[in-house]
Amino acid sequence: MRTLRFLLQKEFRQIFRDPSILRIIFMMPAIQLLILPWAADYEVKNIQLSVVDHDHSQYSRQLLNKVTSSGYFQLQDYSGSYSNALQQVEHDKADLVLEIPADFEKKLIRENESTLFMAINAINGVKANLGGAYLRSIIQDYNREVRLKWVQLPRFSPEVQIEVTSSNWFNAAMNYKLFMVPGILVVLVTMVGSFLASLNIVREKEIGTIEQINVTPIKKYHFILGKLIPFWVLGLLILTIGLIIARLAYGIIPAGSLLVIYTFAAVYLLAVLGLGLLLSTYTSNQQQAMLLSFFMMMVFILLSGLYTSIDSMPAWARAITKVNPVTYFIDVMRMVVLKGSGLKDISPHLFTVLGFAVVLNSWAVLHYKKRS
Amino acid sequence: MVSVKVNNLTKHYGKKKELTQALSGVSFNVAPGELFGIIGPDGAGKTSLFRILTTLLLPDGGSASVDGLDVVKDFKAIRHRVGYMPGRFSLYQDLTIEENLEFFATIFNTSIEENYDLIKDIYSQIEPFRTRKAGKLSGGMKQKLALSCALIHKPSVLFLDEPTTGVDAVSRKEFWEMLRNLKKQGITILVSTPYMDEASMCDRVALIQNGAILSVDSPEGVIAAFKQPLVAVKDANMLPLLNHLHHFEGTQDAYPFGEYHHVVLKDGYAAADVSNYLQHQHAQAEVQSIKADIEDCFIALMKQSG
Repeated sequence: MRTLRFLLQKEFRQIFRDPSILRIIFMMPAIQLLILPWAADYEVKNIQLSVVDHDHSQYSRQLLNKVTSSGYFQLQDYSGSYSNALQQVEHDKADLVLEIPADFEKKLIRENESTLFMAINAINGVKANLGGAYLRSIIQDYNREVRLKWVQLPRFSPEVQIEVTSSNWFNAAMNYKLFMVPGILVVLVTMVGSFLASLNIVREKEIGTIEQINVTPIKKYHFILGKLIPFWVLGLLILTIGLIIARLAYGIIPAGSLLVIYTFAAVYLLAVLGLGLLLSTYTSNQQQAMLLSFFMMMVFILLSGLYTSIDSMPAWARAITKVNPVTYFIDVMRMVVLKGSGLKDISPHLFTVLGFAVVLNSWAVLHYKKRS
Repeated sequence: MVSVKVNNLTKHYGKKKELTQALSGVSFNVAPGELFGIIGPDGAGKTSLFRILTTLLLPDGGSASVDGLDVVKDFKAIRHRVGYMPGRFSLYQDLTIEENLEFFATIFNTSIEENYDLIKDIYSQIEPFRTRKAGKLSGGMKQKLALSCALIHKPSVLFLDEPTTGVDAVSRKEFWEMLRNLKKQGITILVSTPYMDEASMCDRVALIQNGAILSVDSPEGVIAAFKQPLVAVKDANMLPLLNHLHHFEGTQDAYPFGEYHHVVLKDGYAAADVSNYLQHQHAQAEVQSIKADIEDCFIALMKQSG
């Protein structure tokens, strides 16, 4: 016990003596949480629209008014020919071209139907998809309005019409920050938990102090606990800072209990610390550890459901997300923060992550050798 | 009674293609309380040997024991009894002198006070700076701190891997004084060094090259084993002189040695023969017969084996 206490004392001394580590620990969550959620927004705004209006009629103007007043589109230019508009696309000035044929109004009134042409710049897939969808729904909306104006509908519509309205549960205003902030917080905790810990151990290897430790009768588990506990504490500290920032800056107050979040975080940190430990036993210098960490972090973030929905991934990717601890924590954070889930609801996640913790830590301990 | 016993120890690194034989059948014994030097050039296998004896490395073959304990089977017990000072300074640079010492004392379940008398001579020299971080110390002070940390648990055997490499001449001398004092406390000390002149400070020395021991003897014994005549030659033009000396029929070996060239002669030749030979090209050459020192002996031994 005395040995462990001393190891911890030494570890904390070293951490608090390194001003750059301290800065990283406190600045990283602050900066990331204050900046990233604003940028990581799924809503596509400011879509540059180029309009080719051959009609110049009242109807076409009404349509354009409706499109531009939606807030999603900015009228980039209003050109006379399709080739002009396409040039705008080629120069990357326009994302969408809407062509209104010369007989748009005439056909609409006479034949009761008309066509519009839409060309989408698909270089940015997300923007193209969403932009096209927005424009389509606006045009549909416009279509309905036009009809309502013309036809005095009978009391009961002769045609069966199904209108769908939706309401968003747990996040009524579809506020993306409510969704992103907990996820980003998870990434932060993961970084501190696994990578800071693994770099710390590898550093001891690099400067040779581990050699000096290895010739002492110190027990393997003492040394490992001495490394795990400080970063476990730091991880929880970052989580706390993050939750405070989420509350102050975004007004995010978890719907569920904080105790649930902390319980899960405590177990989760054990798992990622085990991963960090494992990384450190397989690498021999900080550069290797760093590169490996970057690689893992990319996989972790992109296959965690933080930015993209897991359900839309191919089967093999879904399989990877199943063994990605980050997935579980992000899920739990969202469940607790948005839905107010309790311990019982997250217990499958909890036990899975506990399993990760056991496997990763035992693997690391078995692979850590005091002699070669 | 033997303190360290090494028997036919072998160790290699790497796979078939790039096999490096670090140790090929090393054997020697060290008596308790002995100051034993292991002398050899870089890459001779000194560090590998020390790492095996301090249980950091597993040998491929052979056996070794420290304090009667096997380095493979009883490694846990050995770790309580040995002090190890690696060649590279490997204490925590961001902890102070005192914190480092305290840390290593605690790991061994002891305290600075308990063994203070053992490290007093060494530690008292750096104690005035005890709140300074280890990374901010000079080379000599770092070395003293490392030695203090290796001694704090009162080890029965002390392993010092190239403790004087990269240390100035005065500090080196001081360091050897410290080791001689430690010896009086009954600690067995194994020191490795690439500096041959340090051999004379040891009780006995082992000369190691390419993973094999060339000789184990007292410094006096090593010198006594050198039987051939030796002369020192000096002239204004040293480089051509060496070439000419190599061509002399009575020369077995010639090499630069400080401001002189040392020439090992074949049996039956003497300094006068060298003077005669040099008369034409180097009339001013100063030739004198000298007694071999330990360095000459090692050079001769290395040439023989290599």
